[in-house]
Order: sequence, then structure tokens, then C-alpha cells
Amino acid sequence: MKKFIALSMALVLALSMFGCSSAEKDDPSKKSEGVMTYEEYAAAPVESEVVIEAYVQAKQSWWEDKATVYAQDADGAYFLYDMACSKEDYEKLTTGTKIKVTGYKAEWSGEVEIIDATFEIMEGNYVATPIDATALLGTDELIQHQNQLATFKGMTVEATKTPDGKDVAFLYNWDGSGQDGDDLYFNVSVNGNTYTFLVESYLCDSSSEVYNAVKSLKIGDKIDMEGFLYWYEGVNPHITSVTPAK
Amino acid sequence: MKHLKKCTCLLLVLASLLALSGCHGSRGLNAFQIPEEFDTSREYEITFWAKNDTNKTQSNIYEKAIRDFEAIYPNIHVNLRLYTNYGKIYNDVITNISTNTTPNVCITYPDHIATYLTGPNSVVPLDELMTDARYGLGGSEVRFDAPTQEEIIPQFLNECAIGGHYYAVPYMRSTEACYINKTYVEALGYTLPEQLTWDFIWEVSEAAAKKGPDGNYLLNGQPVMIPFIYKSTDNMMIQLLRQYGAGYSNDQGEIQIFNDTTKQILETVASHVETGAFSTFKISSYPANFMNAGQCVFAIDSTAGATWMGTYAPLSDISEDKLVKFETEVRPIPQVDPEHPQMISQGPSVCVFNKSDPQEVMASWLFVQYLLTNDVQIAYSQTEGYVPVTSKAHSDAQYQDYLSRSGEDNEFYYDVKLKATQMLLDNMDNTFVAPVFNGSASLRDAAGQLIENTAKSVRRSEQVDDAYFDTLFEDITSLYRLDQIGNQDAFSSAEETDLGKLPTTSVILLSSLAVAWVCIVTYAVFQRLRRKKA
Repeated sequence: MKKFIALSMALVLALSMFGCSSAEKDDPSKKSEGVMTYEEYAAAPVESEVVIEAYVQAKQSWWEDKATVYAQDADGAYFLYDMACSKEDYEKLTTGTKIKVTGYKAEWSGEVEIIDATFEIMEGNYVATPIDATALLGTDELIQHQNQLATFKGMTVEATKTPDGKDVAFLYNWDGSGQDGDDLYFNVSVNGNTYTFLVESYLCDSSSEVYNAVKSLKIGDKIDMEGFLYWYEGVNPHITSVTPAK
Repeated sequence: MKHLKKCTCLLLVLASLLALSGCHGSRGLNAFQIPEEFDTSREYEITFWAKNDTNKTQSNIYEKAIRDFEAIYPNIHVNLRLYTNYGKIYNDVITNISTNTTPNVCITYPDHIATYLTGPNSVVPLDELMTDARYGLGGSEVRFDAPTQEEIIPQFLNECAIGGHYYAVPYMRSTEACYINKTYVEALGYTLPEQLTWDFIWEVSEAAAKKGPDGNYLLNGQPVMIPFIYKSTDNMMIQLLRQYGAGYSNDQGEIQIFNDTTKQILETVASHVETGAFSTFKISSYPANFMNAGQCVFAIDSTAGATWMGTYAPLSDISEDKLVKFETEVRPIPQVDPEHPQMISQGPSVCVFNKSDPQEVMASWLFVQYLLTNDVQIAYSQTEGYVPVTSKAHSDAQYQDYLSRSGEDNEFYYDVKLKATQMLLDNMDNTFVAPVFNGSASLRDAAGQLIENTAKSVRRSEQVDDAYFDTLFEDITSLYRLDQIGNQDAFSSAEETDLGKLPTTSVILLSSLAVAWVCIVTYAVFQRLRRKKA
């Protein structure tokens, strides 16, 4: 009897471990029938209909049954703009949730996105590991990683000028015309080049850790960052985490 | 028996009182009444929700106006909340009306006020306040040099009248302008006329959309060229319908937009999207970004966007290396009949929200008047291609001097901004506004969406024909609930619409009323029986 119980327990344990590992090991590059690979999506012309499968990495906003979402699979990332979505479904879109999206590929100020989309939730879960994009800044290769979760390491906070010529570490809105709660813009440099990053207030609002971390920055601080490689007339990362450089 | 009589009377009085107070509560705030005196011995804290065009100078002007006003009225404190788009203000106000937490003063559009008015007494009618001898416009008790009602440009003030009452005062006015890469127009062999026509714009745009054998556009040698980009397709449709004399809507809220002229406009749009000659802000991006990169010939945007247009624009979203040198011209929007130009009047207005304390409303009203003083009007108008809303500001020597110095530098006197301003000043009599009613904001969105959907469908190689337009009209009607707007009183209030389940307090009060009636009837029957017995 003892032996039987021990065997049963071992079997249950083994099965449950198998169950766990199969959920974790959901293959993010594997696609269902009729779904594009990332490569096919990247090659599709703007305005063509696209069908993709990807995993939610972050949610930016929901308004009037439309959601804006950052999604990714093993090979690339997707920005899902104003996708039809009920409030109830929006709550289900937690980080890692697998979705199948049907929409149209579009480009707006350099940002490639999927618009006029619908989606369905699928079985599966995957949370992307950020790529280190520090060395890619300023290179032609960077755009191939558009919308991906990325880290930027050892960057220096540079002065941003207010309209009255004062040097500050960040601005509310791109020109300082905003208030607490608006997007935060800040300049950071690496290898002699300066880039503008921002905390998108719909993605990370004024109560978020990153929003307050950026408000505490000082010119000259060395920082590590994580965020999404968003584009607006050039790279314009939406930062989700800021920590002192390690 | 005496006790029963007394008891019945007491019950009746109580029930009547309860019923009366119930009526009061269910209607929300009382209508605002001007108090005898503005009580300056009290402290007031008011909130002002303002909109700026993502422009730091504009926020600075709001902040300075508040400081200056507080110096004159030290007992009034104004808290500023800044927005960068009207839609967000509108959504936030709608949310706050239901909880009675609206701001005191709010920058807005008349279209939006028409919706705010569905909350009973939520917005203060300004007719009596404006003409009040003591606290009205230029009144004897106002502590600063405010304009009189006559000094507000009449057509701008009239735009704030809804259902025969003024619910706002204009704050700034703008219109749309056509910003033109004149260098490209001439390179294509055309001469820029003083008054653009739609035919001219389409013809030049088609010429600019021609590609060379290398796939690049012949005009700019670049792989990107969108000859004609329209920022606000809502305005495009509204103005085209007006210029054609076709239906859009009327003051009663009757929806007239689904007509043959609309179809013709959409067919024209479709044909030029197909050739790549036309696109929109929603589809492509900001017109100024394409124009300044030498990738656009005609950009139609607000005169309040003038500081972004042109090679030497003080504001720019594109990097220096992408800027292309060209000569920028400004013209009124293209016309169907250039002899009788028509263009939309737009720009922010200011409304005052009602509060339970009329003194607080008075404090808000005084601040609104301050926004109409020359100091604020002139300073704010100079930040963009805006026009002050008072003749007092127009005739001010400082303002006249500003207008005369176009092009002296590429900042404050930036010529494109001043040309846009002058264009509106020259055309004030040619401006119009679309009818305002509860639902007009949705109709405006729908007007633009017709163009956006048509353009997208063409780009996606969908069949755009009569059947397509029929379906499009049905979809847009349903999406914007336009079938629920027409054939109803344009200002139907919340009281007339289905408000759902009655709140518990209302149920109790109505029950009290019923009990009172039962008591009355019982008492009457009892008296009758007694008399009969006697």
C-alpha cells in the first residue's frame, strides 16, 4: 500500500511538472493554419490584410471598445492600435496572453502597426525576454526590432531645454507644455549620440514606478532602461522601467 | 376623532414637503440666479480646464492670466488643468457631469456644450450675466478693463448661442488654411492663383503624383510624395457640402448628410486616393511633417497650426536632416465658387458650469471675462494663427503693430503664422459654423469618417461603387447612432430620455406622494360617510 501511494504521488508530481513545463514552453514562433509568420507579416505591404498570432506584452489604453496593445512573438513585435475590444475582454489581456489578430497593416509617421483589427484569445502564454538594443541605437538594424521589448544600458541623462532656456532632466510633453500626468520626455545619450525617450502616460501613468523614477532623474545620471521600441519620425521608445545603471 | 384629523393633516403636510423636495433633488442643480452682490469677503477656489496646442507659450499665457487675475481678485484662486485635445476635455466633462464634479470654467466647442446641456442646469446661460450692469461685460463692478458685449465680434459670439441662449463666449478664433509648397507648384508649371479652386488643387496634385522609372517621384526625387493631405476630414466634408449648397444638417438636428452630393464628394476623394494624390492625417500623419520634408504640395490644416508649416517653422517634429528648403504660401481653403468663398470658423470658446453656490459661479464668470481682456487675447492670439475675438483687441495699437511686422523673424513674427492670421482677418465675413444641437458632435465625427473609410477602402483595393456607398451610409448611421439624433427635439434633455431604474430616494418620495393621496381620498370618503350618517 505504502509503495502504491508513493508511486501514485510520484506519478502525479511528474504529470503536474509536465503540465507546468508545457505551459511555459508554448512555442511562440509556432503558428496556426492560415496565420502569418512574423517574416511574412514584415514582408506584407502596407494596407494589406494580415492575420497574426502574438502574445500581449503590455496594454496602452482602452477607450470606447478599442484597445491599444504591444504584442510580440519569438521573431518580432506588433503594435495593435485601436483594436476592437470590449472592456471585459480588455481585462483578460494580461501579460503573456496569446491572441490571434486579424486587421490591416498600416504605417503612421514611421510606426508600423495593425489597425482596424479584431482578435480572439487563444491557449498559450509567452513573456518576451527584452533584447539589449543599446548598441543598435543609431544603426539601420534597429528598425528591424520595431515595437520589441528592449533594454538600454548605461545611458546618460542629458539636459533638455525648456522654452525659456533652462536645462532640465525631463519635460512634461515634448516642449514642456504639459503638467504632471502628461507624457514625460527626456534625453539620454550613449556613444556620443543623444536620443529622446518618453514615458507614455497611457501606458505608464503618473502613479507608476517608472513615471516617478523619471521625475527624479538628474542631468548626468547613468541609467538602465526597459521599454518598447516605438517609432515616431525615428526611434521614440516608450519606457516602462528606469533603474540606476549597474 | 380630533386626533385622527390632526394626524391626517400632519401626514399630508409631511408628504407634500417630501414630494416637493423630491422634485428639487431629481432635477439636479437649481438654475443659476445672479446674486445681489458678489461677496468679496469669501475665498473661492475655481478650476479651469484649458486646451493648448502642445505649445508651452500658450500654457505660460494661461498661467500668467491666472496670476494677474488673482492679483486683482485675491480672494479667487484658479486651478489650471491643461489638455492638448478637445476630445479629451469633452470625455472628461461628460464623465464629471454625472457626479456633479465638472470644472468651473472650461475651454470647449459649442458642439460639445450642446451635449453638456442634457444635464439639467449644468451649463450657465450667460445672457443675463453678460448684460448685468454691475458684473456683466464691462460692468461697473468689474475690476479690470473687460470688453463690452458690443466689442465681441458678433459672428463669433453668435456661434456660442444654442437654442436662443448664449452658453459660452468665444475665446480664440481660427479657420483652416491651405499651406502650399509654392516652389513645387511652379516647378510643375503652374501659377498659384489668389483663390484656390478644388479643380486646381486636384489637377496639380495629380501632376505631382507622377513617378519616374526608378520608382521615385519626379517632383521631389524621393520615394515618398503625398501631394495633398487634409488634417481634419470632418471639416473637409462640412465645408465641401456648404460650398456645394448641399445638405449636412439643420438647426433642428435633422441629419441631411446622406445625399447625392456627399456621394460625389466621396467618389472624387476615392479617385485621387487611388492615384496617390490625396491622403489624410489619420491615414498618413501630420501634414506639416510631409510638407517640411518636401513630400507634400498642399497641406490643409488649422491656422492654429501655422507655426509648424514651412522650412523655417519655429516648431517641427522632423529632424534637421529631413528638412527641405522651399517657399511657403498661405491661401484660404479651395473653393467651389471662388467668387463667394466659404470657410469654417473654429477655435475655442469658454463656458461656465453651474454650481450650488451662485457666488462661486460669479467668481468663475469674472475669470471668464478676464480671458477676454486685451492682455490675454492679444498674447494668446500671437502664439499661433489665431485671431482675437474682440474688436477692442483688433484695434489695439500693439496688435496692429504685430500684424505689420510679418516676416521680421522666424519666431514671433514668423511670416506663415502672420499670413494665416491675416487671411482669417480678411475673411471673417466668409466664415460659417455648422448647426449645433445635441448630437452634432457625433455628426461631425461621422462626416469625417465617411472620407476616412472611403480612402482606406480604396487603399485596400476594395470595390468603391454605389453599393459600397449605400453600405457605408448605413454603417456610419449605425456607428454614430445618427438615426437616434434626427426627428427629436434638438435640445431634448435628460428628463425626456429613458433614465433607467428610479433611484431608491425617488421611489420613497413617490411612495410618500401616493400615501398622501390615499390619505386624502380616505379622509374625503370618511367625511362623506359621517355627513351621510348625520
